[in-house]
Amino acid sequence: MILQNAVWTIALVGIGLVALGFVHVIIQAGKPADEDATRKSTHTAHILQAWLFVVLFVGFVAGSWATLRHFPIPPQHGALDAQQVVDVVGRQWSWQMKPDTVKAGSVVEFRVTSDDVNHGFAIYAPDGLIVTQTQAMPGYTNKLLHTFKEPGTYTVQCLEYCGLGHAPMTTTLKVVAARGE
Amino acid sequence: MASLTMYPEDERLSGGNRAAFNLYIVTAVILFVLMMLVGLTMRMTQARWLDVPPDLFYELLSMHGAGMVGTMSLATTAVMWFFLRKYVHLHLWAFLANYVLFLLGALCIIVSIFVYGYGALWTFLYPLPVHGVGMWTADSSALFMLGYLLIGVGSLLFYLDAAAAIIKVHGNLGRALGLQWLFGGKIDPDHPKAVVASTMVIIANSLGILAGAVVLVMSLVNIFYPQVVLNALVAKNLIYWFGHMYINATIYMGVIAIYELLPRYTGKPYPISRPFLWSWAVSTVFVVVVFPHHLLMDFAQPRWLAIMGQIVSWGAGFPVFLVTAYGALTNIYRSNIRWTMPSRLMILSMFGWAAGIVPAILDGTIRINSVMHNTQWVPGHFHFYILLGVLAMALSLMFHEIGSRAHAAPDSRADRLGFPVYLIGGLIFVFGFLDGGRVSVPRRMAEHLQAWTFSDRIGSIGAILVVLAMLYFAIRITVGLLKPPSPSWAPEPVPGPIPEPVPSPLVSPAPSPGVVGVGTTNAAG
Repeated sequence: MILQNAVWTIALVGIGLVALGFVHVIIQAGKPADEDATRKSTHTAHILQAWLFVVLFVGFVAGSWATLRHFPIPPQHGALDAQQVVDVVGRQWSWQMKPDTVKAGSVVEFRVTSDDVNHGFAIYAPDGLIVTQTQAMPGYTNKLLHTFKEPGTYTVQCLEYCGLGHAPMTTTLKVVAARGE
Repeated sequence: MASLTMYPEDERLSGGNRAAFNLYIVTAVILFVLMMLVGLTMRMTQARWLDVPPDLFYELLSMHGAGMVGTMSLATTAVMWFFLRKYVHLHLWAFLANYVLFLLGALCIIVSIFVYGYGALWTFLYPLPVHGVGMWTADSSALFMLGYLLIGVGSLLFYLDAAAAIIKVHGNLGRALGLQWLFGGKIDPDHPKAVVASTMVIIANSLGILAGAVVLVMSLVNIFYPQVVLNALVAKNLIYWFGHMYINATIYMGVIAIYELLPRYTGKPYPISRPFLWSWAVSTVFVVVVFPHHLLMDFAQPRWLAIMGQIVSWGAGFPVFLVTAYGALTNIYRSNIRWTMPSRLMILSMFGWAAGIVPAILDGTIRINSVMHNTQWVPGHFHFYILLGVLAMALSLMFHEIGSRAHAAPDSRADRLGFPVYLIGGLIFVFGFLDGGRVSVPRRMAEHLQAWTFSDRIGSIGAILVVLAMLYFAIRITVGLLKPPSPSWAPEPVPGPIPEPVPSPLVSPAPSPGVVGVGTTNAAG
């Protein structure tokens, strides 16, 4: 599943659950409770709160482990031993990228920096969705690893506002099929 | 414990207090409408329904960002002041000084943008302010930063006065936060939630403003002495520490209105508890250290900071879901709540905060951030809990207060129409942004591809509805506040059927029309 669609689904489910909780309480809000019912509902509320804590805590631990176990950002100090390396420099308002053609199927190391202000180095797949990104910051080189699965013409778009020419600050990256494919 | 009396005597505004409160609120609602119109203009430009040139677009974007954050702070500072003054002695001069400095700062910002063309956005991300490339000059950036400094000094003055007043009553800020009851002991049921929340804001936002002051002064030095070069990563950390903290402080100031007002509309006590104190103690730390989630795509950042950014972003959901939103829902449940504008806005604000944090937590995940960072997902989640959360909190106090000056609770036919327009428009508006994030539409961009305009157009329609509702709210609130307090209106008795289990000195029957009950004061208010 495409990551963006998975995120969208999780967000809709989460927001929907919150909304359901509120709708339930709003519907019940118009039904006054006597002392006995209030005592019971207070007791139930405490039990539910404890369960909610357990559910959130388990989700917190499991989610953190699942998303951080393989740390998504490569080590920034030392060689990464990628088979392909692309040097990227952002400047108002263009990209310099050497080389501008890479092969699909093997990992590419992008070494991204900026000559002037902060830029955002985002790679858009031919279908228009972002596949990965990092920041281009003056004085620093951010190393980004990515393996392209599909050949095609990818678009690099600046995603950090950098002045008047921010929107047109794009270039293309050609991803070709690996030999033998 | 907050009073159950609808309009306690110690909240009554008179003389200078009333004038100052009216100044804050009327200024805020006018600015909200204006800034929303600016936002609508940008959305319609992205939707290709308007043709605004890029230079003007980025000026408007700078104005909208700085203007909305500042105005939200102004409005929620009024909320904090309104309730905190009941429990500690606040000086009116500090409250007014904040207002005057805000206006002076706003003037600097407006001139820097619309006269000198400043367009480096509200984040003034170093070194962009000195790289205007013909659109703006470094001098205009300096004027913009001076505006921020003035506004920050105003906030600090107000916080220092509030801190001194709180320490005078509670001994120190730790006791005001209730830290002495975290691990045991009998919690004082009269310890005001407003004091706990205000103390948290004072601690956390003062630190954030100081971080902002450091980076603003560093940036000004760089403007006037370009040979002094800053470290871009350090500057970015300081900017986001300040920026994240300043806007988040508005939530924690605004929520005081819920703690104070909700029990009056439900008729149910909303007592302080150990989980409540824990949530505020934890939030005080979390909100200070969470800002690295803005720098997850800055790979040069030390790894532990990125991990902390994700872990704390996720952890921040616990206090919101488990204590504040859950506590509010428990208070509303089977309460026979009085449905008027303040109570509708309060429950909306709780929903907006709790639901808005879902996409925010997702974006705080490093793996997800690599495809969502700086897309429209970001304005999607922060508009969710600012527009439908914080603004609704502030509006609930405004509508509550105009109720004290009228002969009826704020629940006119126009109110009943305005509320759903705001709610539905707000939801359409934020889901337009979130959908844009789903399809990788960049944020902060004047020119959009045709393929991106669907979500822009949906968002624009929602924005039109929000602006219409807010325009009505602004007029209603301004007219309502300018009326003198009504001595003849006795609010209806709270309909909640639950008798007080323990007689409390805080909950007194209305002694006479217009002078209803006695709230609690721990000090001269």
